Amino acid sequence: MTELTELGVAQIRDGVANGDFSAVEVATAFNANVAAAQEALNAFIIATPEKAIEAAQATDAKRARGEALGKMGGVPIGMKDLFATFDVQTTAASHMLEGFKPQYESTVSQKLWDAGAGMLGKLNLDQFAMGSSNETSYFGNVISPWKRNDGGNAALAPGGSSGGSSSALAARLCPAATGTDTGGSIRQPAAFTGTTGIKPTYGRCSRWGVVAFASSLDQAGPMARSVQDCAIMLEAMAGFDAKDSTSLDMPVPNWEAALSGDMKGKKVGIPKEYRVDGLDEDVAKSWDDGIAWLKDAGAEIVEISLPHTKYALPTYYIIAPAEASSNLARYDGVRYGLRDLPDGANLQDMYAATRAAGFGPEVKRRILIGTYVLSAGFYDAYYTQAQKVRALIAQDFAKAFEQCDVILAPTAPSAAFGLGENVDDPLKMYLNDVFAVPASLAGLPAMSVPAGLNREGLPLGLQVIGKAFDEQGVLNAGLAIEARAQFSAKPEKWW
Amino acid sequence: MSTYRIQGATGDWEVVIGLEVHAQVTSNSKLFSGSATAFGAEPNSQVSLIDAAMPGMLPVPNRECIRQAVRTGMAIEAQINKWSRFDRKNYFYADLPQGYQISQLYHPLVGEGSLTIEADEKAGIPADKVIGIERIHVEQDAGKLMHDQHPTMSYVDLNRSGVALMEIVSRPDMASPAEAGAYLSKLRTILRYVGSCDGNMDQGSMRADVNVSVRRPGEELGTRTETKNVNSVRFVMQAIEHEASRQVDVLEAGGKIVQETRLFDPGTGSTRSMRSKEDAHDYRYFPDPDLLPLELDDAFLEECRASLPELPDAKRARYEGELGLSAYNAAVLTADVDTFAWFEALLAETASAQGKQPAEVAKQAANWLISEFFGALNKLGKSLEDSPISHEQAAELLALVGKGTISGSIAKQVLETMFETGDNAGIIVEREGLKQESDTGAIEAKVDEILAANADKVAQYKDGKVALFGFFVGQTMKAMAGKGNPQVVNEILKAKLG
Repeated sequence: MTELTELGVAQIRDGVANGDFSAVEVATAFNANVAAAQEALNAFIIATPEKAIEAAQATDAKRARGEALGKMGGVPIGMKDLFATFDVQTTAASHMLEGFKPQYESTVSQKLWDAGAGMLGKLNLDQFAMGSSNETSYFGNVISPWKRNDGGNAALAPGGSSGGSSSALAARLCPAATGTDTGGSIRQPAAFTGTTGIKPTYGRCSRWGVVAFASSLDQAGPMARSVQDCAIMLEAMAGFDAKDSTSLDMPVPNWEAALSGDMKGKKVGIPKEYRVDGLDEDVAKSWDDGIAWLKDAGAEIVEISLPHTKYALPTYYIIAPAEASSNLARYDGVRYGLRDLPDGANLQDMYAATRAAGFGPEVKRRILIGTYVLSAGFYDAYYTQAQKVRALIAQDFAKAFEQCDVILAPTAPSAAFGLGENVDDPLKMYLNDVFAVPASLAGLPAMSVPAGLNREGLPLGLQVIGKAFDEQGVLNAGLAIEARAQFSAKPEKWW
Repeated sequence: MSTYRIQGATGDWEVVIGLEVHAQVTSNSKLFSGSATAFGAEPNSQVSLIDAAMPGMLPVPNRECIRQAVRTGMAIEAQINKWSRFDRKNYFYADLPQGYQISQLYHPLVGEGSLTIEADEKAGIPADKVIGIERIHVEQDAGKLMHDQHPTMSYVDLNRSGVALMEIVSRPDMASPAEAGAYLSKLRTILRYVGSCDGNMDQGSMRADVNVSVRRPGEELGTRTETKNVNSVRFVMQAIEHEASRQVDVLEAGGKIVQETRLFDPGTGSTRSMRSKEDAHDYRYFPDPDLLPLELDDAFLEECRASLPELPDAKRARYEGELGLSAYNAAVLTADVDTFAWFEALLAETASAQGKQPAEVAKQAANWLISEFFGALNKLGKSLEDSPISHEQAAELLALVGKGTISGSIAKQVLETMFETGDNAGIIVEREGLKQESDTGAIEAKVDEILAANADKVAQYKDGKVALFGFFVGQTMKAMAGKGNPQVVNEILKAKLG
């Protein structure tokens, strides 16, 4: 029998249902991997092996009673530490929330537990999901299990902000994990680690109980090692939630059942503006591979134009920090989380001391940017303008989708970079999201699937962007790529 | 035009006043959470995860709060915006868990409207005056800090955090403290009619920010100050008087008015500076990304309109027209919800008890309510709400008077007994033998006795001292222990005295 930790969601679900192995066996195997890799990869902020076992036992008991198992029955998963989990520390990787145990469960995590999943632990991330390398976590950066093939031993970034999720998936610490994507935080880490992840249409997954970064952009989604696994998990996560006013009131389709890699009659748009000067050669090549694969799957390739692409990143870096500066105002030391109360401090002093100690430098940078762009005299020049550009970007996509069904582009402009390589230059770091951010601004479903390895032996991802609500189209194109890329590389175990 | 002027050392000054009234929306739960809103609950007993701004919590608008604000807008004949949006007003304070208040700056729910304040010569309001209302928007209330619970720390009570408020912003259309007082009273009346705010100013359900400036008659507007959170009609008037004279003093001494926020001290009736414009917060308003724009459909608006009650102006006109009440009585009876509710119940009962149309007994009921019943309640220090007798009981009493069973003066006595015992009027009249004597023979006998006993006065009367007629009436009534039918007594006396 193959090692249980090599199995994906569908295989575990079916294997448990068929009695090939028990859910407890699966949970035990993953728990062991989590524990063994913790020191080297730092993918989890806390492990919850007992939760994984508890859920597995419940699934096994259900099976013994002959009851139907859920969509995720017997599948242990990693939970990004941005999702509030009842009585289990929830930190957003910030000192501000160290030790915070919510007395509530996020809608998405609750749906996953209801579907039969169990929790292996809370996954590390960039602090408040702000970052592209996991270097902003208060609990130390996550290390990618991948190494360059140059014989060097440089520690690589797993991407971010869902870097704990991507690293854990690539290292077989879990078969699936939750991610959240505000400006690429599911797709870029998936691309960096040879894993698969989808950010659904804005509003598909409830934001209730997810620590907010930028409300109009934040969207949860699944990360796994196959398109099918993502489809299964997304079905479990998605759905209308009356507790989230921006939640989509639409039925959740049966995405898994409708999966098809046949692209006959489909048009795939190639945005010319994404072919930027100085695009990494390997990235360009993988994009060409993707085009060829989709053609092979029967699709017609059309060139499209998304003329406002170059404004997407600046627009994102106005809107996201603006919302963050306000969303993070609640961390003030008054009601929960960190309180730093120097001797003789008044209320203002307490705010200042608490927030100085509780937030990391990147979070502070974004709060400052956001406060600035919203301040009197600058609001119209920045925020109002950014909202107009955001509308134009959404319009670009709407026009493009008159000509095509899905859009194919690289996920990130490069493969994983070394830890520390970008930390001194925030702008260079922000550029990582240049291909991911437009779909976020437009609220569109977008996924990253592994396309192959670059010359350094590191994974590259291809991004499929779809029409609003057309996760199926995105998943199907992803499946067509997956079937042809035949990506089977995995990091050699060094931990 | 208001003739209110402040006489300064250098001449007359006009006052320009605008009010921003915060009215707590009557609803069972808060604007964006399901928490209860009852006044006076244990601190922090009505706080949801949302009100405490726990990580990942999201607001969901409460339909009833929106409905109440729309109905209020309709009651002031305002434009209702079918598309509006919530904005965040960002600032840090310990009573503001989110670090921002969800409000509506850019696109309020209710636009331009107005209300009319009535002429009141005594108060210096020579004619009815229309006061413009710029907008009504909906927003969250903050919590409350308690500074008296601990020697070195302040406590926070979040019960009020997230409760829905309407901010009702007037135009600077008022020109005297009396006009401002009348506006606030009228607004309170309308809110209570609509049922969108209980108007309990002492519980903080309604409070006003008072904008005041002064100018030479007819000149450009002066710089204004804003006095925050004034919580009674009287205090609003005091604050304006004080603030206007202070501004005149400053200007006449060659100084300038600083645009600033001021506080009212009810103890001294004066205002003092809280913070100047330079220290003002930059609230960094922006649309709340957790909430979709609020879009109202026609069915919702129709329901809001259909649910509106008869409003104060219409009711007053009807009382004067249909019911034939005096302007004064109509004004008194329509000034408050409790009053007109009592009156209308009494009127219906009275009409049915006497088998007449309401219009036929309206004057009787109105006069009795205002001059007898209110007075009796006042004596006991009670309000209509805790009246010892019901309107059915009152109607029975009025019917006894209307049918001539007892006289008006006996009715007073019966009412007192009703207050004391809670018994019905009929039972009291029966028990105490208070029925009016209308039997001509009996009254004639008494009159004869009185005339015989007062032969000298009869002689004087016949000599032309007709004023003595009242004396004979009084003596007769006294002899009959007040139970003589006054009309019959009069008639017989007239006949006998010739």
